[in-house]
Amino acid sequence: MDRYLLIVSTVCFLVAIAHTVIELRGRVFRPMRFNFLAVGLGFIFQTGFLYQRGHAVGRCPITNLFEVIIFVAWSVALFYMVVGPAYRLSLMGAFTAPLVVLLQLSALLLPIDHPHAAKLPPNSWLEFHASISLVAYGAFALAGIAGVMYLVQERQLKTHHLHSIFYHLPPLTDLFAAITRLLWWGFGLYTLGLASGFFVGEPLPWVQIVCAIAVWVLYGLILQGRYLRWFAPKRVAALCVIGFSAALTLLWGITFTAQSHTP
Amino acid sequence: MNLFCVGLSHHSADVETLERFGGNAEIDRLLKDSGCAEGLLLATCNRVEVYGASATRISTLDIARCLDRRIGQPSLGYGVAGGHVSPESLPFYRYEDAQCARHLFRVACGIDSMVVGETEILGQAKKAYEAARAAGSAGRYLHRLFQRAFRVAKHVRTHTEITRGSVSVGSVAVDLAQKIFGDLGTCKVLVLGAGETSEKTARALVSRGVRDLRISNRSGERAENLAQLTAASVVPFETWSTECGEIDILIASTSSEAPLLSRAELEPLLRERIDRPLFIIDIAVPRNVDAGVDALDGVYLYDIDALQSIAEQSLAMRREQIVAAEQIIAQHLAEFDQSIASGSSRVAEGPEHPAVDDSSLRPSQL
Repeated sequence: MDRYLLIVSTVCFLVAIAHTVIELRGRVFRPMRFNFLAVGLGFIFQTGFLYQRGHAVGRCPITNLFEVIIFVAWSVALFYMVVGPAYRLSLMGAFTAPLVVLLQLSALLLPIDHPHAAKLPPNSWLEFHASISLVAYGAFALAGIAGVMYLVQERQLKTHHLHSIFYHLPPLTDLFAAITRLLWWGFGLYTLGLASGFFVGEPLPWVQIVCAIAVWVLYGLILQGRYLRWFAPKRVAALCVIGFSAALTLLWGITFTAQSHTP
Repeated sequence: MNLFCVGLSHHSADVETLERFGGNAEIDRLLKDSGCAEGLLLATCNRVEVYGASATRISTLDIARCLDRRIGQPSLGYGVAGGHVSPESLPFYRYEDAQCARHLFRVACGIDSMVVGETEILGQAKKAYEAARAAGSAGRYLHRLFQRAFRVAKHVRTHTEITRGSVSVGSVAVDLAQKIFGDLGTCKVLVLGAGETSEKTARALVSRGVRDLRISNRSGERAENLAQLTAASVVPFETWSTECGEIDILIASTSSEAPLLSRAELEPLLRERIDRPLFIIDIAVPRNVDAGVDALDGVYLYDIDALQSIAEQSLAMRREQIVAAEQIIAQHLAEFDQSIASGSSRVAEGPEHPAVDDSSLRPSQL
């Protein structure tokens, strides 16, 4: 039953993508309204799925790779809902929806939704550690999306070929400010998640620890580089995209290891 | 009731002809004298049009005479043969009923304008309607027609990109600056040169919120004069390049024959400001800034050719939107025909001649 909610949610995000593509092709894109509504609806259905699944497993629904992917997709949509209007990232919906659809379709189509044979004992620190780290992934994802938007706009400004999409993108400096804030949000939440891992009270696999620290160091370096002026904004934007791709791969590693260690 | 439009525009007449027919302030009274129940004059620098509603057909010649009473005088031409003027010889176009409505809708949307998609015409149409309403010459037919035209224009603007992009070199430069920096109020701008172009650009930037404006010129006196006019500060010409480490926008328009800024000079200055973009507008011919500067990270160099090319791209993009705008117009036209035929319209449910709300006009329309 809960999978139906996820399918409806995916359809909502697909509608947002289709709407954007049609409008951009017709060069009549009107920012926010429709996309915000479609992404908002998709977010509600995602939340409904997580609520039902949480009830079913009796804890935060991040017990297998399928649930982890959906939780990350939910975090991306959550940050979009919070950050989008605040920073007036007018095309954010258009760039966010494809990532959410990609994550949700992968989760739905791949045979990764394996229920646990044994019900896991509740561990609030472990749940907090895992969930807050995944919410941080939402911020990193949105920073990556803002990075793509920055690179697209930068490229058009450099080549002097301004396409229709250019006029719907936020100003370059506003985008960079948004990237910086998202990086800080993500880094702050991830640090909190990492620190709470010390209170879990049970031994964690070393691969998981190394992967988690690698992600933390990666984003710490990007932020350090941004403030010490090692990198120009264009490089920071590119690093956000690369960083999120790497973090997603490491997340798979962390989840895979965690699953193989779960009784 | 016969709804009609008789007029001249940049498509069919030269400036001299437009000037000749555009200045009659007594048009309302004259139209009434010619038997027109309702009349409205829309006169801009690119068009002179009379919109009217009458029970019987008013000839184009009568309208032309209202606009210029000298028609028919032998010295003024226009097909005068023995005191007779042939209507075909007049440079006027004429649209009746549905064609009249379609024409006004196209005009209000900026499709018929010299610069496609310009929005000034909508403000001018609103003012013309307001003047006719105040004079009592616009009745329920013109009221319906114009209210519908304003709705069509709004619809087209929100559902197409016909007003998108800048179409003049100056506005392209200022719009790009806004696209890079967002709020220009916090930007530091250096204008290199104190000629007419520099003054125009400086004024355009000040009007968009720039507060920190600096001017540098070989002749200190001219720099001082321009600085006084634009509330700017003066930077000695010998040290202007050091400002590049601090400023956000550089506008170069001196008459120098050799480039004043090279990549080698700029590169070390940018190291301290790596996280802030530098927008360089080089509107000088020959160019003041070496083209190699554009290869630097965070530097966006636009010369006159690049700005012109974007203006042309915008214009082409606006022209592509005409088809979508025409579709919206066709929908409204069908509704308008229906409402006229049935004798009722949603617009008529309100007061018979509501005033146009001035607050709905953008500054560019006033």
